Amino acid sequence: MTKTPEELYQERAKRVDDAIHLRIPDRIPIVPDAEFFPFKYAGITVEEGMYDYEKTYTAWKKTVTDFEWDEYIAPFTYSGSVLDYLDFKQLRWPGHGVKPTHPYQFVEPGQVLDGKEVYAPMSAEDYDWFLDDPSDYMVRAYFPKIAGALAPLAKLPPLHGIICYYQGVFESLSALGTPEVLGALESLSKASTEAFKWLNSFLGFIGRMAALGYPTFCLAVTHAPYDYIANFLRGTRGAMIDMYRNPEKILQSCEKITPWMIDAGVGGAKATGIPVVAIFLHKGFEGMMSEEQFRTFYWPTLRKVIMGLIDAGMTPFVFTEGDYTSRLKFIKDVPKGKVVYHIERDLFKAKEVLGDIACLTGGPPNSLLCTGTTEQVKAYCKKLIDVVGEGGGFILDPEAPLVDENPENVRVMTEFTKEYGVYRQ
Amino acid sequence: MVRDIVSALADLKEKEALKIVQERLSAGDDPLSILEDTKQAMGIIGKRFETREYFIPDLVYSGEILKEITKMVKLKLPKTAQDERPGKVIIGTVAGDIHDIGKNIVTFMLDINGFEVYDLGVDLPAQKFVEKIKETDANIVGLSGFLTLVFDSMKETIEAIKAAGLRDRVKIMVGGGLIDDEIRKYTGADAYGRDAIAAVSLARKWVGGK
Repeated sequence: MTKTPEELYQERAKRVDDAIHLRIPDRIPIVPDAEFFPFKYAGITVEEGMYDYEKTYTAWKKTVTDFEWDEYIAPFTYSGSVLDYLDFKQLRWPGHGVKPTHPYQFVEPGQVLDGKEVYAPMSAEDYDWFLDDPSDYMVRAYFPKIAGALAPLAKLPPLHGIICYYQGVFESLSALGTPEVLGALESLSKASTEAFKWLNSFLGFIGRMAALGYPTFCLAVTHAPYDYIANFLRGTRGAMIDMYRNPEKILQSCEKITPWMIDAGVGGAKATGIPVVAIFLHKGFEGMMSEEQFRTFYWPTLRKVIMGLIDAGMTPFVFTEGDYTSRLKFIKDVPKGKVVYHIERDLFKAKEVLGDIACLTGGPPNSLLCTGTTEQVKAYCKKLIDVVGEGGGFILDPEAPLVDENPENVRVMTEFTKEYGVYRQ
Repeated sequence: MVRDIVSALADLKEKEALKIVQERLSAGDDPLSILEDTKQAMGIIGKRFETREYFIPDLVYSGEILKEITKMVKLKLPKTAQDERPGKVIIGTVAGDIHDIGKNIVTFMLDINGFEVYDLGVDLPAQKFVEKIKETDANIVGLSGFLTLVFDSMKETIEAIKAAGLRDRVKIMVGGGLIDDEIRKYTGADAYGRDAIAAVSLARKWVGGK
């Protein structure tokens, strides 16, 4: 008898939920982060999808339903129109420095492209401003850096002066009324209107997929505090140097934003009803800092974010990028069955150290999915299922998010996991 | 006891290193001998990185201190005579990708190990590499990239080098987040380097016979 979408939804959700909470599911769930894969697979460009949201979601629906994955990580395809209105500097996207078929790419603070710095990082001197009044810093210093259309906001008076009886109403508000600032507010208004439209389209897709029997694995995203500072404010290089020259400032800033990071994750999860919150880790892996630096600058506030999410009833999905083998002994310090760790390198070692504590996700290298044979893909998945799948607590997904892997290999990875990954109890 | 520049810089003691430089300059020391010392210190730093005593932030910080010292000495680092450099390396992030953190680190490591490095930047069409090989007569090429789309860009770049009749003149290494030996084979490169240390030892090996 054919199962209804509702039954399939329940079955898939239970399978993943069992794995997350270290129970043995009926079989190993497969939940790829398909990221940019659906575009090429469905025959549209990334550019088309960024400007026509329905095209993106049609591509995603085709991908998820063709492969019949258990769940999927929500598509974080940004809106090209929002980026256009803002003249956004922190990304290069199709039509703006990237080919129509290529993924959009992050631009670091201070990164030099085409011979010039795209936007300046927060200076070390501005740590004090940021720490003293972070929202004021973000509006008057940060937004003007990362969005050309918001550059006039740099001319605003301090935010704490706005709307405060006579002086606030007449003097401070007049600063908002200059043609330049009004122009910025107009761009902001257009960008916001478009962002609202984008979000609703996104949530509509999640609902339609649920009706077809596919739960969303995670949707809300937050950051490790060190990554937030290094990725967005100071740049990789600036943050590295801060660990020597301004260790107190970077630590204080990480502490300052820790509650924001928790709120961002909890807020997103509550708004959508999907309790898994992704934290993609960028700057804490073995190549990026020493173990001592990880222990001092990276892990303590990341752990607070993880614990804050757990305390609010959410499940942190900590997506490690790069080699975390030497970090396993730190990241095992979390409550049992409450965290999901994606491991890129050495899942076998991770199983030894974290297997009793946390659900693991991971799978074949993307290089293998791009260039390997179907037999190689099967052999790789078999070994993972045998070793890492032992006793439950394992979800199979590729090493890194999918972009343009060979669809045949993706199909084999999926089908083999479904066949061979069955738990025989 | 006042230590020397070599150990102060190698130990990443910024204030101490700058203080010694200032004192030596005030005492009328030859700026060139100060720069000689910094070179020695950078060698030690490179060794410590290889033995995993130091990590990337240590390298980046040492580069910052070196910049400060060079500023004080008010001389540009004298260009080492061509024949003293073990080899020339052309490096860059291939077409379609703008990631450059890893590439910049490899560039830095090759540089402090004495190589003459031509860093072409990011998102580079294959032709840029071809032109630079012709122009500089470099014997090593490093192709960098983070996204999976670079597998094809690397392959195309190496094919373009071949088509230009230059393949036999250069050794080519590939590296980046998702690159491994499978991709080395796929692209037709001579070697894959997992990190900056691997890049230096490959480059050394390749010029070793010369």
